[in-house]
Amino acid sequence: MSEAPLLEVRDLRTHFGTGPGAVRAVNGVDLAVHRGEVLGIVGESGCGKTVLALSILRLVDAPGRIVSGQVLFEGQDVLTMRPRALTALRGRDIAMIFQQPKASLDPVMRIGSQIAEPLRLRGGRSRAEAWREAVELLGAVGIPNPEEKARAYPHEISGGQAQRVMIATALALKPRLLIADEPTTALDVTVQAQILDLLRERCRALGTALILVTHDIGVIAQMADRVAVMYAGRVVENAPVEDILGNPAHPYTRGLLRSAPVMGAVQKRLQEIPGGIPDLTRPLRGCAFAPRCDGRRQAGPGRCDGQAPPPFMLSPGREARCWLQDGAPAAQPAPGGWS
Amino acid sequence: MGESRLSPRPADAAGRVPLLRAAGLVVRFPVRAGVMGRPRAWVQAVDGVDLTVEAGETLGLVGESGCGKSTLGRTLLALRRADEGSVEIEGQRVFDLPPARLKALRRHAQMVFQDPVASLDPRRTVGGSVRMGLDLHGIGTRAEREAAVTQVLRRVGLRPEHAERFPHEFSGGQRQRIGIARALVLEPRLLVCDEPVSALDVSVQAQILNLLKDVQAERGLGMVFISHNLAVVEHMADRVAVMYYGRIVEQAPRETLYADPQHPYTRALLAAVPSHDPAQRHSVAAPAGEPPDPARLPTGCRFRSRCPLAMPRCAAEEPPLFDLGQGHRAACWAARGV
Repeated sequence: MSEAPLLEVRDLRTHFGTGPGAVRAVNGVDLAVHRGEVLGIVGESGCGKTVLALSILRLVDAPGRIVSGQVLFEGQDVLTMRPRALTALRGRDIAMIFQQPKASLDPVMRIGSQIAEPLRLRGGRSRAEAWREAVELLGAVGIPNPEEKARAYPHEISGGQAQRVMIATALALKPRLLIADEPTTALDVTVQAQILDLLRERCRALGTALILVTHDIGVIAQMADRVAVMYAGRVVENAPVEDILGNPAHPYTRGLLRSAPVMGAVQKRLQEIPGGIPDLTRPLRGCAFAPRCDGRRQAGPGRCDGQAPPPFMLSPGREARCWLQDGAPAAQPAPGGWS
Repeated sequence: MGESRLSPRPADAAGRVPLLRAAGLVVRFPVRAGVMGRPRAWVQAVDGVDLTVEAGETLGLVGESGCGKSTLGRTLLALRRADEGSVEIEGQRVFDLPPARLKALRRHAQMVFQDPVASLDPRRTVGGSVRMGLDLHGIGTRAEREAAVTQVLRRVGLRPEHAERFPHEFSGGQRQRIGIARALVLEPRLLVCDEPVSALDVSVQAQILNLLKDVQAERGLGMVFISHNLAVVEHMADRVAVMYYGRIVEQAPRETLYADPQHPYTRALLAAVPSHDPAQRHSVAAPAGEPPDPARLPTGCRFRSRCPLAMPRCAAEEPPLFDLGQGHRAACWAARGV
């Protein structure tokens, strides 16, 4: 793609705590999101995907701390932005929704007011205009009887409806990027299907790019254009969704796909990934996945344990950090380097 | 409400006693105005459930949150009482047993929970927690119990020295292994697993599902496997029952249920599972509307408010669980052959 990306993350590092006990939750991530694109970030708990999402908007709380890197939104570094510019960016240009929609809504404020508030404060609408638009937005996200529901309080609606309200609120100001962190994980499967449809349709209608953080391969398959697979604070594979699902290059991606039971394809046994995730307080010398990897011996003695692999470029737009791909040209390192 | 219910499968016609049989099971919860208020209404969390489980087989129980599957699971093991109906384990009616006999029976009917941490004493070593069942039931000498703990920890993939550690020192997957060890040490013949892998990552989930399957095959356990995850249930179950607001609305051998579902709710559930094939992206025909208020279910068929096939009869009469042959049952007026 020749066009400059909407968002570019360069060598981002977010640690929790300091000194030798610090947890390197995000440990050198490079990413790009283009206009209107859906980037799926997939990984298991503790891989750093949520911390990465929060870091993009500088929402990491102490003891978490962004240690280094750049987050360029339309060329401007979010990490060095002044507070006023940051406040303007949040909600207007980049919005975020979370896993627990009810926890994100103010329990003592009418739903309509919660959607109207950003329209008034940031969008310059009058009180009456904002309310009217809020009702319209509720209708657009599929809430029945929007005039009536706008006057309801969060405890009066279901979890699925609350997530619809969050989507309406987040998209009220037509942001160019929406970050959704496990938006359907707390919902039942039939409601999840509705919410995914809604997210896809609304983002497409507004031309909003979407970063969708999830642990669910099915959600990735349904939603993403491009996928970044995270493991131990790093992106280990980044490729178009068809490649990730049809022809995964990193052994961890393969393991992730094979270990989940897939409906309609019953196997006798599931493929396990042996062991567990590494201790992120220790500096990793080699590939973080090496202790669990079945490809480790093929790569040559000591290689995987001794040195972290750089991203290799398998084809334009398709990268994997794995020594088994050595021979492919190195992907262009971001300024700041990979080491 | 109960008149149209079919009687339980006459498994004892062949002279065999099933490992587990529930008949006409009803569990009600009061809906109160305040903490101390009189009940305003009742929710039938389990509303007339009949089921059987044979030794060596797994019955999968699927449904969405609030459908009553966890309440049913606990009731099957007499961890709570039923308001109506009976549960028999190996032919013994559990609600009628005197406490000592119930305790003896429980040894052979164990439960594995979603969150093993909540069910482990944080100040007790893992070995102590696993051994507790043996202590309570007074099984073996002290040395024999220790040996049994060591053996079962090995079986679930932990090391004997883990017995000396405390629950907080373990990862989620390891804690579930401890939960399974605690159930297995009593050599149960019936295991009820309530969302045993829902809190786990997929790579660890695979480890636990494989372990449960292996153990079941080795010991010929009968298993009730409760989950909201249809792919996991398909992997684990021989037969599957689908619950909707307290009722089993469809039940069938696994292949039949997934290949030829007859209840519109089952079809909606299956259609809603996101495909892993990015070429198959579609807007699913998710059931219309919102799930109903459990204290005010629709008259007649409880799914009719969201059902694409609803017809006048559905409002008037609750469909019984029709026998469609070959172990396939569906509670729908529009099911094939009805």
